[in-house]
Amino acid sequence: MRLLKILQRLLAALPVALGVAVLAFLFLRFLPGDPVEIMLGDTQVSKQQIAELRHQLNLDQPIGAQLIHFFGQLAHGQLGTSIVKDESVTKLIGNALPATIELTFATVVVALLIALPVGILSAIHQGSWLDRAVLSGALLGISMPSFWFGLLLILFFAVEVHLLPTSGRISSTLLVDRRTGFMLVDTLLAGDPRAFVDAVKHLVLPALTLGVVFAAVLARVVRSSMIEALHRQYVTTARAKGVREAGVIVKHALRNALIPAVTVAGLQIGELLGGNMIVETIFAWPGVGRLVVNSIFARDYVVVQGAVMLYAITYVAVNLLVDVIYTFLNPRIVL
Amino acid sequence: MRTERALQDGIAYRAAGTLARSWKVVRGVLRRPVGWLALTTVAVYIVIAALAPLLAPYASGTTDLAARLAPPSAHHWFGTDALGRDIFTRTLYGARVSLLVGFLTVTITSLFGTLLGAFAGFVRGPFDNITARLTELLQAFPYLIFAIAMMAFLGPGFWNLIWALALKGWVEFYRLARGETLAQSATEYVEAARALGQRRGRTLFRELLPNIAPSILVLATLRVGYFMVLEASLSFLGVGIPPSIPAWGSMVAEGRDVLFIAWWVSTIPGIALLVLVLAINLLGERLQEVLDPHRKVSS
Repeated sequence: MRLLKILQRLLAALPVALGVAVLAFLFLRFLPGDPVEIMLGDTQVSKQQIAELRHQLNLDQPIGAQLIHFFGQLAHGQLGTSIVKDESVTKLIGNALPATIELTFATVVVALLIALPVGILSAIHQGSWLDRAVLSGALLGISMPSFWFGLLLILFFAVEVHLLPTSGRISSTLLVDRRTGFMLVDTLLAGDPRAFVDAVKHLVLPALTLGVVFAAVLARVVRSSMIEALHRQYVTTARAKGVREAGVIVKHALRNALIPAVTVAGLQIGELLGGNMIVETIFAWPGVGRLVVNSIFARDYVVVQGAVMLYAITYVAVNLLVDVIYTFLNPRIVL
Repeated sequence: MRTERALQDGIAYRAAGTLARSWKVVRGVLRRPVGWLALTTVAVYIVIAALAPLLAPYASGTTDLAARLAPPSAHHWFGTDALGRDIFTRTLYGARVSLLVGFLTVTITSLFGTLLGAFAGFVRGPFDNITARLTELLQAFPYLIFAIAMMAFLGPGFWNLIWALALKGWVEFYRLARGETLAQSATEYVEAARALGQRRGRTLFRELLPNIAPSILVLATLRVGYFMVLEASLSFLGVGIPPSIPAWGSMVAEGRDVLFIAWWVSTIPGIALLVLVLAINLLGERLQEVLDPHRKVSS
């Protein structure tokens, strides 16, 4: 029954994904400037070469035909070929995706480790100095420009204390076979604990940069929904029945308080999976975000288009997933 | 005497009422030390931005290659950058870009988003359906890719940046205004206005919009800081404000290459940005407490 509902929702999400595809397509086509001319820049090329390139990219066809062609590719799971790198966009994104997923995973770990205990404690001791400190810290985190925070972390951990590496996923002296694309998994598969530790070290700073800001947002939500839950009647009832306070907090209040937190976390994760362009750029993290930034600067709009599609699909999927998780947290919610 | 005349003149009376209400809100914000601190900080930044040429010890754009990457000193309070430009001067001037972009973008997006959202929620029907679907699409569309791509194609520039930010920035205002309008439409005073035969346009502008204004104001304040950070991020990536104009984001980027030998180039403009955004966000939260006491959970 639940599966059927999920399928229904999936179908309902389809128009959004398609709409985004059209929007991405039109957006990039209607930006001023001929992409071919911008791409070739000042290089001396003949008119014939320009025409050939236009033909190759299907740019000589009317916009409707281009759109149909684009959807035809999409139906085959193809996103086109990169103009600059001469590789399929699916492959380029596929190569970059594990790095982004790994970073997202580490970020979520950091965020949860900070936000859950801090948010719960803050709610239990509402109004105390601890609560006020948490609120101030959270506001600071929310106001923090991530590009600057990342540089601060580099300045401190890499320059002052020489503790952590600041760019890439692994030291260039270490060679690890690419099997899954996930550096943490690959180093383990290679049976190289030294490389594994090295990969973890590389993850710390970018994950901290993203995780602290994420934690700030999440801690506020956890706190306020926890406070709300603690004032509910079922919590009073549980206390009256003699349930121990720890049990009240974890079993009765937290479970319900988690629902808003799941929404916020879900949306944030969805955004992270699209690749954080700023943080990936600062830490030279070879993920989707950096791929997009580089592609934009190289005018490789086929890749940009593919990344937009990926982002939109993740967004829709994460939203759906959040709704499904709801039903587990509170069985009264139906999809 | 003045109050009397105002009472006689309906329009002036309304204006006086608005003024009095605004004053009440400001007083409410200032009732707590946090409100004071936030409002004063923002005011100081505005004064600095306005008087930057008078306050700055050097002319904007002056380079002194002999004093490249000089550490903070009596001559250069915040040190100099790789071109020997005084960072104190540039930080003062940088406030101009941030404040202008922040407030201008919020003005454009809040006006457009609120009017469209309130209208959609008020008339409902196909117009509401179409605009609601459109905003759903825009929400699934990655903002930063959108803005970076647009800026990369259009080239750095002040107005290009404003449009790139505004193009999707109105969606939040639309959603809030639409939701509030839908909720308010069911209340007695709107019902009463309809029963009294008030024209629909009048109901929308005289009854509904003033009532959703407080929530819009809170969102608008919080969005100012958001747009400032977004502008700085774009300038950091080199697709925001043209490099000739001092902006905090691009200043941080310029310091990135010399981070290991001259920490002050990147850190100081970042602090300037963080303090301003923090003050604006504090102001937004304080406004929320004053205007919407029911949602006091976050206080």
